[in-house]
Amino acid sequence: MTMEKFIKHTGTGVPLRRSNVDTDQIIPAVYLKRVTRNGFEDGLFSAWRNDPEFVLNKDEYKGGTVLVAGPEFGTGSSREHAVWALQNYGFKAVISSRFADIFRGNSLKGGLLTVILPQEAVEAIWQAVEAAPSTAITVDLDTRTVSYNDVSVPFELDDYTRWRLMEGLDDIGLTLKHTDSIDVFESKRAAYKPTTLPIRI
Amino acid sequence: MGKTLAEKIWDDHIVRQAEGEPDLLYIDLQLVHEVTSAQAFDGLRLAGRKVRRPDLTIATEDHNTPTLDILKPIADPVSKLQIDTLRNNAKEFGIRIHSLGDADQGVVHVVGPQLGITQPGMTIVCGDSHTSTHGAFGAIAFGIGTSEVEHVLATQTLPSRRPKTMAINVEGSLKPGVTAKDIILAIIAQIGTGGGQGYIIEYRGSAIRELSMEGRMTVCNMSIEAGARAGLIAPDQKTFDYILGKPHAPEDFAAAQSYWETLFTDSDAKLDVEITLDANTLEPFVTWGTNPGQGLPLNASVPNPADIADSEERGAAERALEYMGLTAGTPLKKIAIDTVFLGSCTNGRIEDLRAAASVIEGKKIAPKLRMLVVPGSERVRQQAMKEGLDKVFLDFGAEWRNAGCSMCLGMNPDQLAVGERSASTSNRNFEGRQGKGGRTHLVSPLVAAATAIRGTLSSPADL
Ligand code: SF4
Repeated sequence: MTMEKFIKHTGTGVPLRRSNVDTDQIIPAVYLKRVTRNGFEDGLFSAWRNDPEFVLNKDEYKGGTVLVAGPEFGTGSSREHAVWALQNYGFKAVISSRFADIFRGNSLKGGLLTVILPQEAVEAIWQAVEAAPSTAITVDLDTRTVSYNDVSVPFELDDYTRWRLMEGLDDIGLTLKHTDSIDVFESKRAAYKPTTLPIRI
Repeated sequence: MGKTLAEKIWDDHIVRQAEGEPDLLYIDLQLVHEVTSAQAFDGLRLAGRKVRRPDLTIATEDHNTPTLDILKPIADPVSKLQIDTLRNNAKEFGIRIHSLGDADQGVVHVVGPQLGITQPGMTIVCGDSHTSTHGAFGAIAFGIGTSEVEHVLATQTLPSRRPKTMAINVEGSLKPGVTAKDIILAIIAQIGTGGGQGYIIEYRGSAIRELSMEGRMTVCNMSIEAGARAGLIAPDQKTFDYILGKPHAPEDFAAAQSYWETLFTDSDAKLDVEITLDANTLEPFVTWGTNPGQGLPLNASVPNPADIADSEERGAAERALEYMGLTAGTPLKKIAIDTVFLGSCTNGRIEDLRAAASVIEGKKIAPKLRMLVVPGSERVRQQAMKEGLDKVFLDFGAEWRNAGCSMCLGMNPDQLAVGERSASTSNRNFEGRQGKGGRTHLVSPLVAAATAIRGTLSSPADL
């Protein structure tokens, strides 16, 4: 899949003060029966959205595009639907002090920028957006900083992933440039390695 | 300097390495199921790409399939569309598929090992986080997202960053009634749901060596619940014996085995972290909260959040108790259970069914309790019936179902109702995992069986 380039995004924040938000919460299994990549916004955090006090239900956070979450965001199931649901809803970036590995991998493949900041910095953003929900937050991949009000916090992202996101490059296309290396590798694979075909019962 | 087991396997699969880029890793096997593959095949079609190695790919239906009336058309049209989509994609791209009614239909992570296509030294991926299960054979096996599923279908490779290695040494011998499930629940309670993040965990020590292959799969299965990318165990004679005679065991077994025998962590290898756990003191474990790290020995009581120093964890515990409808200080053994679920890729293998059956044989199920027994695969179901286990479960008062993921994730009709409480041999106790508003306690098959008899969380020792 090709994706949109991500260079810089400015939007308002949504403070999700919860840790261990697993992908079953982000998008419950009953929504996973669809065979498309879009339309998952209705399932996003569906169990919590019944609660009028849940942050996404509050008018002041309705147009938010930067989710600011507690630690261990995205644990559990590998479902990429979690990334799609966040994107379908309108989120462009998620900030947390810790992301689960698979979720982070999925997000960076799909162009949802997951930004790791120290917990103190997350706490400060929570306080800023709770005090003033219209606070503009800028996530800048070029300078690798998150800024709001007069605060600017640097974050780390490896050069390769950053380059891919900024160029909007398709991973598969990149790998297919190295088909020769794959051919060479395959020619040396051990003969005893199993195959699924032909079927041996 | 020597290498760790994970490093050896990783290095053997590097197709291409370049400064600043992730390693391009060759993938020996991809397992496919209906839920995370449709969008990947669509991507291939859109780009006009083929599956590079259909012969290193295998599909099964599991997450979404019914466990009753499996030969009738699937009642839920959305589920049916997803299953039909997988069948059509398998046909179009030439991939072997095991559909409902087939002997090798079942949960992906039960199917691979039972066919003998899960072997030491392999790299195995699947669009499912519990792919870590296959690490029990000394393979690097990990879950991936749908974009990566597409990537592997198209190229048989995956750009990946080399993880660090954490060794968890479980030394000593388990007491009777304590199982592989209790080991892994205790590990996760100790290191936390993020404790393994960025690592491949290698499980070692005498207690791990003593486990059967099924037990080792249970341990590796839940590595992801500790946040680890994968978990693995060095192969040994037990591993080789398990594979020998399976349909896809290597024809040149000797050649394969001589390679497999090189797969262990060298004594001078550098491990990034090492943790030790005493198997002698372990007790049956059970979770009380809404993440797999919130677990305690069965003899303990529901913890008091006020006693937790870390404010983040305290808040999480308060929320968990509220969701679970539990009061601090209640002995875990006093918690009454509505439903017992025996199954899943964690504990739905033949050995798990045998263990539970041995506890309930000749007994009756607690009044008003329901028990679902869902074999991990059709082959497991057939084997169990050959041994008469289906009769043991039915006589006891349990339901004997067809194979699939079932109530592990509640995607098919097998779900908990709002407020319903389960003791489940699966791997996730997240809010709503087994059905919206459902409350899950993770347990071993032995605890599940004893709980079904007494109606409250129990171990066989309580009978
Ligand atoms: S049994 Fe549960 S954990 Fe295992 S693959 Fe199925 S849904 Fe996932």
